[in-house]
Amino acid sequence: MPELAYRDALKEALKEEMARDPRVFLMGEEVARYNGAYKVSQGLLDAFGSARVVDAPISELGFAGLGVGAAMAGLRPVIEMMTWNFAILAMDQIVNNAAKLRHMSGGQLRCPIVFRGPGGAGGRLSSQHSQALEANYAHFPGLKVIAPGTPADAKGLLKSAIRDENPVVFIEAELLYGVRGEVPEGEYTIPIGKADLKREGGDVTLITWSRMVTACVLPAADALAQQGVHCDVIDLRTLKPFDHEAVAASVRKTNRVVIVEEGWPFASVGSELSDFIQRECFDDLDAPVKRVHGLEVNMAYAANLERAIQPSVERVIEGVNAVLYR
Amino acid sequence: MHGKELLLTMYRKMLLARRFEEKAGQAYGQKKIQGFCHLYIGQEAVVVGINEAIRPDDYVMTGYRDHVHPLVRGADAGMFMAELFGKDTGYSKGKGGSMHFFDVEHHFYGGYGIVGGQIPLAAGMAFASKYRGEDRITVCSFGDAAANQGAFHETFNMASKWKLPVLYVVENNKYGMGTDIARVSAEPDIHKRASAYNMRGVSVDGMDVLAVYDTVKDLAASIRAGQGPVLLEAYTYRFRGHSMSDAATYRSKDEVEQEKQRDPIGKLRALLLEKRYASEDQLDAIDAHEKKVVEDAIAFADQSPEPPLEDVWTHHFVEPGDADERPRARVRGATDVSWPAYPTTFEVTWDLEPREAPVAPLKQGAA
Repeated sequence: MPELAYRDALKEALKEEMARDPRVFLMGEEVARYNGAYKVSQGLLDAFGSARVVDAPISELGFAGLGVGAAMAGLRPVIEMMTWNFAILAMDQIVNNAAKLRHMSGGQLRCPIVFRGPGGAGGRLSSQHSQALEANYAHFPGLKVIAPGTPADAKGLLKSAIRDENPVVFIEAELLYGVRGEVPEGEYTIPIGKADLKREGGDVTLITWSRMVTACVLPAADALAQQGVHCDVIDLRTLKPFDHEAVAASVRKTNRVVIVEEGWPFASVGSELSDFIQRECFDDLDAPVKRVHGLEVNMAYAANLERAIQPSVERVIEGVNAVLYR
Repeated sequence: MHGKELLLTMYRKMLLARRFEEKAGQAYGQKKIQGFCHLYIGQEAVVVGINEAIRPDDYVMTGYRDHVHPLVRGADAGMFMAELFGKDTGYSKGKGGSMHFFDVEHHFYGGYGIVGGQIPLAAGMAFASKYRGEDRITVCSFGDAAANQGAFHETFNMASKWKLPVLYVVENNKYGMGTDIARVSAEPDIHKRASAYNMRGVSVDGMDVLAVYDTVKDLAASIRAGQGPVLLEAYTYRFRGHSMSDAATYRSKDEVEQEKQRDPIGKLRALLLEKRYASEDQLDAIDAHEKKVVEDAIAFADQSPEPPLEDVWTHHFVEPGDADERPRARVRGATDVSWPAYPTTFEVTWDLEPREAPVAPLKQGAA
């Protein structure tokens, strides 16, 4: 299998879907002539022209809403947010319009649109540029939320998101864009709502998504395996709707769970997972659900503070030890 | 020229709008309608003048004062009254209510409850038309207070830069809820702001249905011909409060009485009589007919069932294979519902940004 960088896998998905369907267009800041702030859209302007790869002014609310209107009128917009931090300005259009149109119209309208861009810590960017905001969007009925952690998943899930008939929030990881991984050749999609069991082991279930998969959880699982502790590692990939069956099946097998998320703990995806697990798997649990997450503070610029705030391999290992009472 | 048929149609539609809103107000008093309910009484000339000047397949949308916009396009009054009553036979099966009217069959794409939230949507719908090479225009209404939202600025900038085929109509009724627009606006003549976006800004007497009609006829032709978007400011007035819960103490009785002298329906009636297009009796008969339409609408809404409880779970997502709901077919068994077609295969020939400069060489690496 060929290796591709995460950004190039995303680009392949865009390119293939735009070639396949004239309704698909990409709009966002710097996506066309600059070839993308993170080079995800490199070469697309030349391939598809200026009506299908559109440089938007810095007006996140405006072009997000423009995308929603285009989707209502039968197009399939992909709206790139330079980062999800900026998309906070567009939240009204995503939440009050995109997520509610099907409902408010009693099923007369549909809104097939993808909002995509990088989320999570960027690396020495301080607090306004280092937020894992997936829980915000997962909160709203009417939105699907995807956060892929590998190049192969990024490609297959972006293609599915573009083909979906509903608004999809697609959160990439800023620090993964340059990371390479094997990507199947040719046409493939990955279904929305299906987790990926990245590693199998009978002792503890580790649940995570996005950058945490490769940055913390798999390395921790490798280290633990050296010590004879074997973990199931579940990459959720889709946060809403998340894969209930995959989570429950693994917990029933291992009886111990550690949830690892980059974001804050209060009202988060991890807290929702914990609730699901205690309801569905109460009798299977041999230890309370353990959560490893970003500290509930604003992100600092200093390198040592930034490291301390984020989940780490060490903290994941500590979490596993805690549920094993060792 | 304004022929007899046109004037009579406008007269009938303004009366339908007026009578519908009067009855809605009454039903609100009887608690058959609840929540927020914003009546259009006084502003009818704006919506009727626009509607007669555009094509039935042009896209239309507005804010939450939205009852009348679909009615004048031919919507079923009973089904919208049922929506206000929260009944299963409503256009949105009782999920939208007063602020969220949708009649896609008649190309009415919604009432929106967040002030100015529909402004970017209209640009997007116009973008879609231009992208597909259609000559359809989008008409988007909003109130004076929406002009102070960021969405106004952000969207006008894009719509003008990309020459999107959209007519923005600010229905200036002088008050954003209880606040006089002049008290909170550095430029209360909103159409003048269009010049900041290199966009045409025009104003019209929104209490004069023929002036609105003539103006929109001209503007729609220009927009359809690719001349770019226009901001039309219609100076109008609402005779009732902002919503049913507003006693409107922020304006004087004298002011309201004075504005009522400009009632667009009375003005058109006088013209019809003067031109001898109709007799008093004939005009009264039109009114009686529209009253009957609205009475029937009330009866239909009254007799309709509430939505089934399992409906709380429906229409949050489109599941694979789901078709779009066609309300008149569902409720009335109508077989003549013509649904908007959204082509799936076409060639995009629009060059949104002609290349005058060479494109920067491709570079690798993050921003």
